[in-house]
Amino acid sequence: MTLDHPLPAAPEQLEELSAEGLGERRTPGFIRSAILTQPAALVGLAVLFFFVFIAIFGSYLEPYSIHDKTGPVYAPPSSAHWLGTDDGGVDMLSLLIAGTRVSMEVGFAAALVAMLIGGAVGVISGFVGGIIDVVLMRITDIFLVIPDIPLMIVMAAIFGRSLKNIIIIIGIIYWTSTARLIRAQVKSVRERVYVKRARSLGATNNRLVFKHVLPQVAPLLIANTVLTVAVAIFDETALSFLGLGDPSAISLGKVIENAFERAAISSGAWWAIVPPGILVALIILSCSLIGGALEDSLNPRLRVAHLGARTFRLRPLVGRSPEAL
Amino acid sequence: MEGRADYVVKRTLFALLTAFVAVTINFLLFRALPGDAVSGLRCQHCTFQFKTALRHDLGLDKSKWEQYKIYLKQLAHGNLGLSDVSHQPVRGLLWDPLKNTLLMLTLGTVFSIVFGLLTGVVAAWRRGTWVDKGSLWTSLAFYSMPTQWLGLMIVYFVADRIGLPHGGIQSPDLGILGNPSTYDYWKDRLEHMILPALTLGLVLYGEYTLIVRSAMLETLGEDYVLTARAKGLSNFAIVRKHGLRNAMLPIVTLIALSLGFIVGGAITVEYVFDYPGIGLAIVDAIDKRDYTFLQGAFLLLTISVILFNFLADLLYFKLDPRVTT
Repeated sequence: MTLDHPLPAAPEQLEELSAEGLGERRTPGFIRSAILTQPAALVGLAVLFFFVFIAIFGSYLEPYSIHDKTGPVYAPPSSAHWLGTDDGGVDMLSLLIAGTRVSMEVGFAAALVAMLIGGAVGVISGFVGGIIDVVLMRITDIFLVIPDIPLMIVMAAIFGRSLKNIIIIIGIIYWTSTARLIRAQVKSVRERVYVKRARSLGATNNRLVFKHVLPQVAPLLIANTVLTVAVAIFDETALSFLGLGDPSAISLGKVIENAFERAAISSGAWWAIVPPGILVALIILSCSLIGGALEDSLNPRLRVAHLGARTFRLRPLVGRSPEAL
Repeated sequence: MEGRADYVVKRTLFALLTAFVAVTINFLLFRALPGDAVSGLRCQHCTFQFKTALRHDLGLDKSKWEQYKIYLKQLAHGNLGLSDVSHQPVRGLLWDPLKNTLLMLTLGTVFSIVFGLLTGVVAAWRRGTWVDKGSLWTSLAFYSMPTQWLGLMIVYFVADRIGLPHGGIQSPDLGILGNPSTYDYWKDRLEHMILPALTLGLVLYGEYTLIVRSAMLETLGEDYVLTARAKGLSNFAIVRKHGLRNAMLPIVTLIALSLGFIVGGAITVEYVFDYPGIGLAIVDAIDKRDYTFLQGAFLLLTISVILFNFLADLLYFKLDPRVTT
């Protein structure tokens, strides 16, 4: 199981993790082996690939246009409409495919924004240290406590309802946990022997960061980004549901909202409301499985923390050690 | 002892600083709105002169810095301004929804903590068995579901079958034949509260089970647990005294951090169940563009999450005397 204890990584990696500070470089095949050795992560990866495929090639797969009435209102599933139709007689299957594309877009784009900001702050904070580190981490801590969904709702209500805004809003709210995580990792990598060696050979800071530090923290950054994708999709669904989504883009959250608003429940149209939720749950589940498995094998100390999960936030677990996450 | 006083002072300062930042964000965000409370006015006698005079009265012609100082001063007196729609003081408008929300949230949170602890502990204790696997996948599934969708599913598939109301907070026929007795009144309230609380509780239950399980696994792997076993202690004593007690620290941290999520989840759940709490009021305010109310509600939610995080910080004392940082 993903969330299980014994380190899934190969023995030599185990050794490396325990020997922090002296550690050798992480080998390039790390991510692959971390995933391949865990069945749950493999399943997650397969499901995620399936959704990525749908998102990319969806427009060729949609049986009907999502803008036209192609059947009766709330028609139950039939051979013509595998998943029935919605309140406007639009084919549900086509809607779901289009919705998956938009939801995945938002999820990945927002996670990318979070990764860039969080990664930058984390690397600067961890590598430079000193007063900059203290200030940046104080800011991060403060934003960790401010509840994010209300903040998102307020921001979305103020800045307007467009996909771009939603992506930016979600991205700038979730950079904090990434920053904390990356900072801790950078701090430990910075002190490793080979980095010191490179420094004494006269490597510039730029070179140290890009050649030696970044490649080492990259897997963790990726794991964290995958987890952020899940959170971002979850939040987009919530925002859309509250009527704060982009009116012109149909995401899975929007499909759920439409069904709710247009009385799918009292019409008994379960096909309009059950499938979109299942899709969202599957995407989130697959991201959690992959991200969790990666994080587990990358940094065993995080095991507990990443399960803080929906907002899989990290902060010093008070009293353990000053450096503990 | 000195370390403790130090810790309390530090955490208090941090909580105050966070609250201050939240207040400032609240001020800045809502000043980022295009136009102000006056520019939207449309009426016959709303001449330019009238508007200028009104701006002067409302203090909107002062510099931002002055406005900020006034805002802080108002807040210090507990004044959250007048609603843009009903022109009642926001503070009064927040009170009733807050009571409803608090009751519902407490019910849901208690449910999830009790059951999350139970299954989490049992799953960790019986690790690898079907009990563990079953509860792990159940909680992962609940954890992945969008809150509002789970709520809709409960409304659709469960509510009528078990005969509980799926919307509102009071039966329309309650009190038709004279005043209901206190018992009837609260029974009716409770019936309306159960399903929203259950929805929120189930999503949280998934998250908490995962947290508890992984924290328990970590402590159960410690040497002192082995020692306890070697001493011949009963399983129950080991799990309770040696396992759970030590696992409480990360559990409390993560539950405290999930408060922000609980609050966010409450908003969508209340919308689904048409439960007149803060969340529904927020959705309503978004619809009507009642920004002053939104501002007040956001502040209330943020400050309460900060407060509860602070309380969790203080709770560490009880749990772990080693806490000093």
